[in-house]
Amino acid sequence: MPKDATSSFGEKYLGGSGGLAPQSVGAKGVETTFIAKHPSVLIFLACLAVFTIGVTILAEGFGIGVISTSFVKTLGKTLCLCLVALAMDLVWGYCGILSLGHMAFFGIGGYAIGMWLMYARTELIVLSSLANAPLPPTPDEITNGIATQIFGVVGASEFPPIWAFAHSLSLQLAAVVIVPGLLALVFGWLAFRSRVTGVYLSILTQAMTLALALYLFQNDSGLRGNNGLSGLQNLPGLDDVPQSAVSLWFFWASALALGAGYLVCTWVVSGKFGSVIRAIRDDEARVRFLGYSVETYKLFIFTLTAILAAIAGALYYPQAGIINPAEIAPIASIYLAVWVAIGGRGRLYGAVIGAAFVSLLSTWFTGGQAPDINIAGVTIQWVDWWTVLLGLSFVFVTLFAPKGIGGLFDLIPRRKGETS
Amino acid sequence: MVRFFCLWLLALCGLLPLQPIQAQSVDAPIQQLLQTHGEIIAKSSRKSIGPAIDALAGSGLPEAQVVLQRWQDKEMWVGKDTGLFVFGDKDGKELLATDVADGSTLGPFVAKDFKQLKPNSGIRGMIAAALVQFQLSNPDPIVRLTALSAIERDAEASHLTALRASIDGEPNADILARKTRLERLLTIQFAEDDVERIAAIKGFDGDLGVDVRAALNPLATTQIVASDTPLTGSDIRGIIAPGSDGFSETDAYALLVADDKAKPIIDPEDQKQILVANINGGSVAGFPVSTLDTQIARDEAYAALAAAGRADPVATQAETATILAGFTFYERYIGAPPNVALAAVAVLSNIENKVAVNQAVDLGLDALSLASIYFLAAIGLAITFGVMGVINMAHGEFIMMGAYTGYVVQLFVPDYTLSIILAIPLAFAVTFAAGVAMERLVIRWLYHRPLETLLATFGVSIALQQIAKNIFGTQARPLTAPGWLDGSLIINDIVQISYIRIAIFILALLFLALFLIVMNRTRLGLEVRAVTQNPRMAASMGINPDKINMLTFGFGSGIAGIAGVAIGLYAKVTSEMGADYIVQSFMTVVVGGVGNIWGTLLGATMVGSLQKGIEWLNPSNTLAAQTYMILFIILFIQFRPRGIIALKGRAAEA
Repeated sequence: MPKDATSSFGEKYLGGSGGLAPQSVGAKGVETTFIAKHPSVLIFLACLAVFTIGVTILAEGFGIGVISTSFVKTLGKTLCLCLVALAMDLVWGYCGILSLGHMAFFGIGGYAIGMWLMYARTELIVLSSLANAPLPPTPDEITNGIATQIFGVVGASEFPPIWAFAHSLSLQLAAVVIVPGLLALVFGWLAFRSRVTGVYLSILTQAMTLALALYLFQNDSGLRGNNGLSGLQNLPGLDDVPQSAVSLWFFWASALALGAGYLVCTWVVSGKFGSVIRAIRDDEARVRFLGYSVETYKLFIFTLTAILAAIAGALYYPQAGIINPAEIAPIASIYLAVWVAIGGRGRLYGAVIGAAFVSLLSTWFTGGQAPDINIAGVTIQWVDWWTVLLGLSFVFVTLFAPKGIGGLFDLIPRRKGETS
Repeated sequence: MVRFFCLWLLALCGLLPLQPIQAQSVDAPIQQLLQTHGEIIAKSSRKSIGPAIDALAGSGLPEAQVVLQRWQDKEMWVGKDTGLFVFGDKDGKELLATDVADGSTLGPFVAKDFKQLKPNSGIRGMIAAALVQFQLSNPDPIVRLTALSAIERDAEASHLTALRASIDGEPNADILARKTRLERLLTIQFAEDDVERIAAIKGFDGDLGVDVRAALNPLATTQIVASDTPLTGSDIRGIIAPGSDGFSETDAYALLVADDKAKPIIDPEDQKQILVANINGGSVAGFPVSTLDTQIARDEAYAALAAAGRADPVATQAETATILAGFTFYERYIGAPPNVALAAVAVLSNIENKVAVNQAVDLGLDALSLASIYFLAAIGLAITFGVMGVINMAHGEFIMMGAYTGYVVQLFVPDYTLSIILAIPLAFAVTFAAGVAMERLVIRWLYHRPLETLLATFGVSIALQQIAKNIFGTQARPLTAPGWLDGSLIINDIVQISYIRIAIFILALLFLALFLIVMNRTRLGLEVRAVTQNPRMAASMGINPDKINMLTFGFGSGIAGIAGVAIGLYAKVTSEMGADYIVQSFMTVVVGGVGNIWGTLLGATMVGSLQKGIEWLNPSNTLAAQTYMILFIILFIQFRPRGIIALKGRAAEA
């Protein structure tokens, strides 16, 4: 083992050292050199663009209507899952931190944007219902009306303090980034500072996720307990716009976010920085002895990926329409690891492929569309048995195909002189 | 008299069967008494029946008990024409009547001529209360005990005399003790003499019984009164400031309004109604409607209305504050005369102190039993994770498999004791086999790759959970404890612990002993420790590391299976029960210190008592308790990353 680690470490470190150079060149120079150095980015972006244009043409909103609106939403959600898988790949596949908490950041992003969506929409409803009252409503009456509408289900009628910024879209959008970012920063600082690594860190992140989910399950958490936030698919003030158009807007936004996320991740993993984080993954102690501040690198990656996950969540939940604490439960983060492992960790397109492949397959199987199988008189219903298959294939991939689906690309003969 | 005259007249006319009526002793005192209250008895209304029952019970007539009893049993009938009461037993269309006074047979009558008295449940309850005094001296001890229970449930002033009268002749010592205690309780509540009451109250000093607190609390009740002059007097408990705990300024002001000491305040909703009612041509009292979109503007408009005499004047915010400042609020004892109330308060505060101590003990027991559950759940992990260093995320699913094994055994073996005895070795066997299979198929390829082990066992965990769900369904399955584990060990009214928790505690201790014996005293333990420290060296000493790893993993999994049976008895068996424990189990092992069983024990104790402690601070919310506990553990690991008992030296590097 150690011998292996040394060689891969050395190779990657040397191979990546040239990446520092483009940063000192002018903006345009960065672009060309960067793309030229990473042709896979261009291929990926091209595929994404073709896919986006294709779906737009086929969708109901502006195209010929072959693809139903609900399927556009599924595709849009899948793009968001690809983005969070990309973040997971960056933190796990490249930096070696098996975080079982990134779906919690994803959920926080969803809650942050959901609070504004729910507040703004309820505000419109309350205003219109109060418009015909004989007296113009006081600000207190409006606030109380909204609070009763939103918190009636948990038996409260006052706004908890965490809703203080819910009236403002820009502040909640800032919260999408700031809240998970700060949480990741504080948690990561505590964990990395005391050198919690490997499986201990995984269990610790899982505990954090569990704590968050349990907290949100309470009715007095201020986020409607297990009812969660709902009606998020309706954009406030845009009731006239059909869902077929809204779904496409979100689809475009998700595609844009994924493309941008892919660029950011590629940029991070290339160059000297990328080499250091890969080195941390392979042998943390040695990197520390070389004088690098391992904790700072890990903290940066952990926080950056948390923010990416939160952005993905903020785009996902308006398409899903509802968010509740069950979405944050530890099992969700485990599935995220499953996607990345099946897709192939340590390569960004692997994560995207894994997330898209497994989540779409999962939708297909659990949606009851897959044909049941009859084996010797016993009917296997995929709705029931899909999870078993997924779990076992996860074991299989871990044991026999650690490179995942992405490993298939290694089988393609390479041109001479190209590095991975 | 008129009625008797009519009766005589009717008898003359031959409209009634002559013979039996003459036999009925109309002049018997009990019949006279019944006749006095004849109308309200026949009316049978709970509201008005009271005097009749009291009269019967207090009459001192020997027949009164029988009458009350048979009335309660719906065996009293009243003649439709005569208005006389008889005991009746309906047989077809005939009524076999007996006399209320002496029980002599009056003979069969036509049932139609009589009306059955059907006391409703409310009246029957009142009759039962009245019957108590007779039952207290009944020769049958069971009847006496029933009567005592009836008094304990619903005591009345009249019971005190009856109870006191019955104490002297009580032969049974147990019942006598209970009667004496009840007599003291009733004395507290109903005695006329304050000295007697205070003596009874003091006699209960330090008694933990719920009944004592129930009797004392009403005596200590207070009422808040407002006064603008200083109040003194022995019934004044003290001054209470508005805005303090449980007495808000709004409450204080409402009290003043109720006493007509202040102008009322108006809540915004009512104010709005009145404003709306007074809209006149787009304005209210000269204020245009469109400007009334703030509370201040509405207050002004309302004040203008009030000034014009079109609404009741109300106090403004500023006024309420001034008015409140002019009054002092006193708490006054209203439950009893002051000296009795003070005695009650003193005894109550002593009792409360003692209750607090006992509650702490009870909480400690709760924490201990939760700790033993966590220990049970974690001990298998202490072997696979702590000793072998293998992360097994499917550990929770082994617990679940053990619990389901217990459930399946109970399906086939209906005797609960036998089925549990069978289930324990079976659960061990099943999970041992599963553990060995998993070690052979998955884990042995992944030694020294902990992250991969974690992932692969996650996969197994997901699959096992879903398989259990497919086989047993999503609803919880029962795993019933044998009858001798039902109930609780009751130490006093506060401290009690169920036998099942004691059993789990003992089982946890047994497991600890088993672990220590296997690891430190057997060949297997020696070999396990050797293989863990240095597999190659162990192999060269003739130990087969593969076999040892397999057996150790199986042993850890098997113990998880037995823990599953125990946890299944205590909680419900579902496919997700393992997942509920897995994070806590890992926390327990990590907090305690990996690789040390005493650490696991300490970890479980810490996690358990922490959770119970937080639950005690916020009893309504066990979810919050778990949340804060996990947060605490995350912080704890920051400061002691290697747990409470950290391995040092070479062992720590393994």
